[in-house]
Formats: sequence, structure tokens, C-alpha cells
Amino acid sequence: MSTTAADAARVPGPASPGPSWRERLTRIAPILVLAPSLAASFIYVFVFTIWTLYISLSNSSLLPSYGFVGLDNYASLWSNRRWNIAYSNLFLFSAFYIVGAMAIGLLLAILIDQKVRGEAAWRTIFLYPLAVSFIVTGTVWSWLYNPVDGIQMLVRSLGWTNFNFALASDRNTAIYAIIITGIWQSSGFAMALFLAGLRSVDPDLVKAAQIDGASTFRTYRRVILPVIAPIFLAVAVVQIQFAIKTFDLVAALTRGGPGISTTFPAIYVYDLMFQRGQIGEGAAAAIMMLAALAVVLVPYSFFVVWRHRRESHHG
Amino acid sequence: MSSLTIRNLRKSFGSVEVLKGINIEARTGEFIALVGPSGCGKSTLLAMIAGLETVTEGEIRIGDRLVNSVAPKDRDIAMVFQSYALYPTMTVRENITFGMESRGVPKPQREEAVKRVAALLQIEPLLGRKPGQLSGGQRQRVAMGRALVRDPKLFLFDEPLSNLDAKLRVDMRTEIKKLHHRVGKTTVYVTHDQVEAMTLASRIAVMHQGQVQQFDEPQAVYDRPANMFVAGFMGSPAMNFIPAKLTTGPDGKPAVSFKATGGTAVLSLQDGISPGAAGRDVILGVRPEHIFRYSPELKAAKKSIASIDAPVEMVEPTGAETIGLMRFGDLEVTGRFDPDEAPRMGETITLGIDMSHACLFDPTTRNLI
Amino acid sequence: MADAALARVHDREASAAFRRHFLSRVVIYGLLSIFAIIYLVPLLVVVFNSFREQPEIAQNGLIAFPRSFSFHAWADAWSTYCIGGTCEGMRRNFLNSLWMAIPATILSTLLGAMNGYVLSKWRFKGSEVLFTLMLLGVFMPGQIALMPWAFLLGKLGLTNSTYGLILIHVVQGISFTTLFCRNYYVSIPDDLIKAARIDGAGFWRIFRKIILPLSPPILIVTVIWQFTGIWNEYLFGVVFTSGREQPITAALVALTASGTNVRAYDVMSAAVLIGALPPLLVYFLGGKYFVRGLTQGAIK
Repeated sequence: MSTTAADAARVPGPASPGPSWRERLTRIAPILVLAPSLAASFIYVFVFTIWTLYISLSNSSLLPSYGFVGLDNYASLWSNRRWNIAYSNLFLFSAFYIVGAMAIGLLLAILIDQKVRGEAAWRTIFLYPLAVSFIVTGTVWSWLYNPVDGIQMLVRSLGWTNFNFALASDRNTAIYAIIITGIWQSSGFAMALFLAGLRSVDPDLVKAAQIDGASTFRTYRRVILPVIAPIFLAVAVVQIQFAIKTFDLVAALTRGGPGISTTFPAIYVYDLMFQRGQIGEGAAAAIMMLAALAVVLVPYSFFVVWRHRRESHHG
Repeated sequence: MSSLTIRNLRKSFGSVEVLKGINIEARTGEFIALVGPSGCGKSTLLAMIAGLETVTEGEIRIGDRLVNSVAPKDRDIAMVFQSYALYPTMTVRENITFGMESRGVPKPQREEAVKRVAALLQIEPLLGRKPGQLSGGQRQRVAMGRALVRDPKLFLFDEPLSNLDAKLRVDMRTEIKKLHHRVGKTTVYVTHDQVEAMTLASRIAVMHQGQVQQFDEPQAVYDRPANMFVAGFMGSPAMNFIPAKLTTGPDGKPAVSFKATGGTAVLSLQDGISPGAAGRDVILGVRPEHIFRYSPELKAAKKSIASIDAPVEMVEPTGAETIGLMRFGDLEVTGRFDPDEAPRMGETITLGIDMSHACLFDPTTRNLI
Repeated sequence: MADAALARVHDREASAAFRRHFLSRVVIYGLLSIFAIIYLVPLLVVVFNSFREQPEIAQNGLIAFPRSFSFHAWADAWSTYCIGGTCEGMRRNFLNSLWMAIPATILSTLLGAMNGYVLSKWRFKGSEVLFTLMLLGVFMPGQIALMPWAFLLGKLGLTNSTYGLILIHVVQGISFTTLFCRNYYVSIPDDLIKAARIDGAGFWRIFRKIILPLSPPILIVTVIWQFTGIWNEYLFGVVFTSGREQPITAALVALTASGTNVRAYDVMSAAVLIGALPPLLVYFLGGKYFVRGLTQGAIK
């Protein structure tokens, strides 16, 4: 009927010489394309981190030097009151900022989800701050907070001459001025993500809840929000990253003041490295920032991987 | 002359072996169907023929050329995908000519080829449209047009009809068959639908767990399934399997006995079958169409018909015929009835079983005896 | 009789439902309007002030309807206002930012598209690990990289230059653009690539003829993300450049900090707007696609 195995072994097909150089080039093209980005990313992520880690363990001051001093820089960092304020500010800010931005973002998303007219216009209004830099936002809000020219003056000129609004110039409340501004800037982003989540919920689910007699509020609380629970986590992680890296907003709004009341780790790193010539300690502070990020991101990424696995097992 | 030869083909993904020594060979112009449940390796096999998956071991020849390490574009094949894989940003015309364009075929020639294929498939009015503007059936035609235009040695189809609705699927099935008759190219067609395989193929390879269970003409696969997997997979409703013992019938000939409702049934086997010593355990395989309402006239016309009484547990009319579920002891057995003489639920009727079509399987090897 | 009674009951329920519906609409639009005002006031204040005259601002306060009108502040902020000794306004810094953001955006987007293409359609052993590695760059705080960048830019002779910032932003941006593009390309069916390979197309031809034509949605997202991100970046700008070489964000901070006793709100407002305009423009042109694309695949 056809050739036997022995025949086949004796008669090789006419065309299968080794691949030509062109073909070989095509074959390694994917790796060639990837290589530069990969090298850059590798240097950026690993070499830079290890480098900074090393500097943080060295006696560098105005210039990098490589005398090993162990954890001295960390010890001196943590004994510094300003750093402690910075670190506790970070936690205070992160907590309020994330909860605030998510709460307002969710509220706005649900409001817009009620089949309102001019949806695109509302969305644009709430989202435009995202396009603007923290520098611009911080600068403008610093004017509004300014007791001489801003909101306080406006209200006083309207007749309430005893009105006091000096949020940003009081060392006890300045941090809240930063929190409010941060929320103003980012709640639109949270809204956009939540809205997309709400729209991705199977409409049949909502119809089923309505037929079951659930009120709008109940439908959201018991049916829709649990379905989009993963989005809460994603939004929180994105926001927390903003929070930890926040430098621009504070730099433009309060510059860490009044006094040192609104110092943040990011501000402090900059000060140590470039204003005070304490590179070693600055590097230690930067490493502490990375640690804070890792505390959030490592469990999150494990969670994502776990969920991914579980889903692929079921599907 | 064979146009596709697959010999001892193996494929592993890591430590998982998905193809365990496949041997298939297709004569020129043949229509081979690879059929099997999902995960049986049929799509992997097709992808390896296309060159989209590497070969772990064994060889693939197209014509007499060993193509194990030949790039897909140089294998002289064309493929129709389950998802059609039409390039969404190109028009139908561009979709059809993309392959020729990639190969540097001059424009007048491309135009000529498009015209020929469009006429063949009657898609001339669609040439300027994008895939997004086509219906499922039209996309299917365009996908076939893209394959046909190149006049390859080998056509590969990967479940091309599974995304169509039932009615359209039957129409397109007929159309593919007509097309194959007209073009006469060797074709390998992957499907999980045994009806498609039966209707289209000149030979069927039934696959299961990375192995070819049987490779034969459709009727042979249906009538003499090599093992219980093939017997169960081909045909709907599936073949009935009745555990039984070999014995000697009242007439002294070999027979099978099994527990039926209200006693032991003894059915004589057809003449000429010598399945072994009495007392041996076997599995009796009977297709539903060979279980029907008994009548003396039928028996008179066909000697091989045996009779057995059984209560009817469920009736499912489908219009053209009525499926009945009967109880044989612990088993439920499916039979097909003419709607005019269908039994009623709860009734006990006398069934006729055409033993000339019965198969016997070994319960341990599960192979045909 | 019974029918009429039924109809009346029904009517009462219907009108109650209508009233409830009306009330909930009032609450919804009321809340939305309040938030809209909060979001728009800062923008309006800056826009108004950029067209008011300084004496009028000083007299009536920062937050007030304009009672004077001039383009004077814009002209000042653009070309003559003094920042730290040099009096050339923001023009130079604006152009710095433009020449930084445009090439960095294009480069990082192109690299991201090609990386995403490889990592989704030409996977090889270990490519998932490499993808994860590149992803880590998304999470790196810039502060970690400050010292190494300072050293590297010094070695390359790129300190105090726009090129240095371009380099930084491209390297930093690759992680984002690769992530976005890869997640988008994953949703393109592999069958298309297989069909194209059988059709005789190779690595580059598939990219050019099949992937790129399908890419506009994700390229819009990447370009907007990169452009606004790079334009708005401040840390690297203030650390690695000074004076005339600074990008606009750093210049803005310098300008608003250099205020003497009387703060020139008119000019500062115009300057702030100049600094905010390009990303706002990009956002208004492409924002619709941005949100759609971001939620389609970028954030997963």
C-alpha cells in the first residue's frame, strides 16, 4: 500500500537541509527584539536595587564611597525623629487616602451607573485631574489653602469674618490638607475602574436580583459589589503605590512643612541625598521605601498567582 | 501513492505524553477524519502536520518529503481553523491573497486566483467587506477560500463547523463534501462530531488518549468497532453494553446469557462466530437500532432476530423515531422505535434484537472478540 | 366594580413608585453636581486668574469672578517672567518637556509593542519568567534608582540634559508599555498567527500586517499613559537637571517657590495652565479610548 519503515529510512525526503542563515535569524528574532529591553529592565530592577542597597550599607556621605559600615545608616535613620514622623505620616496618609479615594470613587461610579444623562460629561469632569500632574494640583491647592488669599479669605469677605480655615498652615492638620488633595486627584481614577467593573457584571444577575425583590441598595451590597471584589483590591494596590511614591504632591503643596510636620519618606530621601549630602542614609531610607512597597506587593502578587491557579484549575 | 504518511509519531509536553505513537497514512485525494473526544490529541496531531507544533519523535511525510523540521509555510498545506482566524483588519480579498502576497506572487496572478476561488465559493459580493461584517456561514466560506486559493498538496481542517448553528452546520457539511469531490485534494479533517466524520470521510481515525484506536472506512468503524471505546464513541445514542456469559443455546449453538428482568435471557449468536469456551465473560454490544419491537413476521424474515421481554422506563420521541429506555435487570438499554409502534412508558414489551449486528468484547482488554 | 378598585390601588402604587423614582433622581443629580463643583472649582479659579490682573486679584481675592481681563499674564509666564535669576519665562522649560516626552513616549511605546508581541505570540521556554522580571520595574520606587542613575548619567555625560531624562523615562516606561501591550495581545487569537505562518508570513510580517493594524486601542492607552506620566514627572527632573534645562514641572515649583512678598497669582496661574495644558489636551482627545483600553486589559 505504501512504503515500509525500512524504505523510509533509506530514502530521505528531498528537502530537509539545515536551516539557512536567514531562517536562523528569523528564529532568534524574538529573542533579539527582547534582549535590549530585558537588559535594561534587569539593570534597572536588580543592579540598581543592589547598588542602592550596597550604598545604604556604606559610609557614603557627599559622594558614594564603599567603606562597609553595616547597618549604621539604618540605625541613625530610625533614631531620627524626622524619619519617624515621615514613616508614620506615610501610614496615616496611605490609610485615609486609599479609603477616601475608593469610597468617593465607588460612590461616583454607582451614581453614574444609574443611567444618568450626559454620562460622558460627568466622567470627564471627575477624571480630568488624573491627566494633570501632582505638581499642578499641589500648587493650585496650596493657593486655596493659603489663609491670606484662599478659601479663608473668600469666606471672610462674604461676611463671616471670624471664619478660620488654615488646614495647610497648621502643623497638626497639614497632613489632612495633603490627604484631601490626594483624594481629589485620584478618586476619578478609582471611579473609572469601578465603573468598568460595574459594567462587567452580568446583567442577568442584576435582573435576577430585581425579580427576587431586592432594593437597589441591597442589589449593590449583596450581588454586584461581591462580584467586583477583585477590583477593590486592584484599585487599592494601585493607590498604595501612588501613596508610597508620593513626592511631587507634598513638594508642591507643603514642601514638608510647616516645620517637619508633613515630611514623607520620599521627601526625606531627596533631602538626605541632595540637600544634606548624606547619601548612605538616603539610600537606607530609599531601601525602607522599597520594603514598605514589598510588604504590600509581595502578598498581593502571591494572592493573584493563587487566584489565577485556582481559576485555571476550575476552568 | 500516499500523500501523507505519519509514522510512530510522538509528542510530549514536558513529562506529559499527548501522542503515543501515531501511524496514519492517507492516499492521494483521500478525506481522512480524525475524530475523538476533546483532549484525545487530534488537534495536536493536526498542528504537527501543519508544522505549528514540533515533533518529539517519529516522522511526518507530505508526498515523499520528510517535513519534520520544515516551516509551516514551506509544507505546501492550507488550513481552515475552528475560529476561522480571518485577519480582522483586512478585507475578504486581502485575507484570501495574504498568503500569495507573502510569497511574492505577482498581482495579476493573485487577482486571477481570487476570481477563481470567489466564483467557486460564490463569495464575489463579499470581497470588499471586512470579516466583522460577515455572518458565520460567510466567514466559513472565506476561510475555505483562503485555503483553496493556494492549491496546496494537503488541506487541513480543524473543527471548521463547530462554531456554526445546527442547520448551517449540516449545509456546510454537504458543501465541504461537494467541494472535496470537485477539488479532489487530500484532506485531514479534525472533528469531535462523529456524524461529521461518518458523512465526510473516506477513512476515519478514531483517537483516544493519544492513540489511534481504529483507522478504517466509516462503515467498518461503525459496524465492527475495534474496541469498546470506538463502539461507544461512534453512534448516537451510544451502543448498549450488556455484560454476559458465553453459553450453549437450546439449539446447541454458541449463545450468550445475561440477567434480564424476570429471569436469565439466552440469545443465540450468529452462525460462524466462535468466541471461545462456554463460561467465558464477555460484553455484548448492541446498537439501539438493532433493538426494536418484536413481531413474528420480522423473525420469519430474519432468522438472527432474538426476542426478550423488558419493561419500558422512558420514551423520548424525536419526531422521526422514538427512543425507548428499557430495563434489562440492572441495566438500562436503549432501543429505537418507529413512532407508529413506539411503546408507552411503564408497558412491558417483547423486544427483538438483531444478533447479526451484535459485537462481543473482552471485558478485560475491552477489545472486539 | 372590582376592576375599578383594583385600578385605583394600582394607581396609588404607581404614583408612589413614581415619586420615589423622582426623588432618587434628584438625589443622584444633586450629589453628582456637588462633586462636579468640587472638581471644577480649582480649574476655574486658575483659568480665571490667568486672565485677571494682579492688582484686582490682590483686592478681590484669589477665588472670585474676573472683573478685569488681559492676556498679559500668559505672555509674561511664557516668555519674560523671572525664575531664579533668568527671565525667559516658561517657554524653554515647556519645550524641554516636549522634547523629552515625545521621543520617550514613542520609543517606550514601540519597544513595549514589540516586547508584548514576543511575550504573547512567540513565547519560548522561560519567557514568562522574563515577563515577570520586566514587570517588577512597574513597582520600583524612583528613589531606589536615584543614586545609580546619577552615577550612570554622569558616566554617559548626560547629566543636566534632556537626553538623560529620555533615557530614564524609556527604561522606566518599558515595564508599563510591555505589560499593557502584552496583556492586550494575549487576547488576539493565536489562530491568526498560525494562519499567517501557514500563509508564509514571518516574525516581522506578522507584526506589521496583523498585530500592528489591531493595535490602535492599546497604543492609544500606552501613548496617553506614557506621555502624561513623563510630562508630569517631577523627581528625576528636579534631581538631574537645573535652570534652563529643567522640565516644566521642576520649573513650576521653582517659579511658585520664588515668590517674594506679593505672589503674582496671575502669572503663576498662567504658568500652571501652560504646564497642565499638553496632558489635558491629550486626555481630552483620547480619554475615552484610554479608560476603555485601560479596563479592557491593561489593569488585570
